[in-house]
Amino acid sequence: MELTLSILLGFMIIGALFSLHAKDLLSAVIACGIVGYSLVICFLLLRAPDLAIVQIVVETITLIIMVAVVLNSTREELKVKIDTRQIINISLALLFIVVLFFFFIQATDMLNPFGEHTLRMASAYVGETAAKTGSANLVTGIVFDFRGYDTLGEATVLFTAALGVLTILRLKGKK
Amino acid sequence: MTVNILCFILFLVGLYGLITRRNLVKIVISLSIMEFSLFIFLELVGYIDGGIAPIITGQDANAVYVDPLPQAMILTAIVIGLATTAMLMAIAIRLYRKYKTFDIREIKNLKG
Repeated sequence: MELTLSILLGFMIIGALFSLHAKDLLSAVIACGIVGYSLVICFLLLRAPDLAIVQIVVETITLIIMVAVVLNSTREELKVKIDTRQIINISLALLFIVVLFFFFIQATDMLNPFGEHTLRMASAYVGETAAKTGSANLVTGIVFDFRGYDTLGEATVLFTAALGVLTILRLKGKK
Repeated sequence: MTVNILCFILFLVGLYGLITRRNLVKIVISLSIMEFSLFIFLELVGYIDGGIAPIITGQDANAVYVDPLPQAMILTAIVIGLATTAMLMAIAIRLYRKYKTFDIREIKNLKG
């Protein structure tokens, strides 16, 4: 299991690197799709079918939006000249990477090894969801019942974003 | 441990793109790559060896389920990620129509 996931994650890293260095914006967007759809396979391997379904839908919509934006504007990537500012940016990125890697190692030290997770909070959910909510799917029971207010907030965010997109894309504005 | 580190490397690739790229579309792509790596990290934390998907079938009373709580959280995060990406792309296309470029160095009116 760990080996399969490692191979998939390696593919995702290669896809991400290609996407960041592609000369054509359309191929960059489609390489971003590689990462998103590999995520679907990872979710299926990690026993999360609900997430896989949602991620397929969301990734398809995201790709359609990005392709529409790229086709309606320009496909050419900017010419990257190596000047002093670019060198400063790259060295800053490398510095961030080293520091963050150090803290990541520190933080994940106390995690259980892969595959040996113990249920803490979720044990109550696992025992009681079927009796309390009548839902056979535990994730649905948690999202729509135990954490219903969370879902309400999520719907608010989605609605606000849709309103924002409509406002931004409206062609005629008040001068 | 290997999967955790690989997952973090994916996050770092996104961060690298966010800092060094100048194209607005590529910045949005880097942000979504960072999001993806976070999703898969949370999912890796909740995985249990030999566990089954958290759907109660009633056939096996002693079945071990993988942790459903991270899955519920990620479900929320994925949808919010879609909302932010759509919003960013709308802003990008609007800026392109005004300045005829995606280059963030050319878009100077917001400079303080």
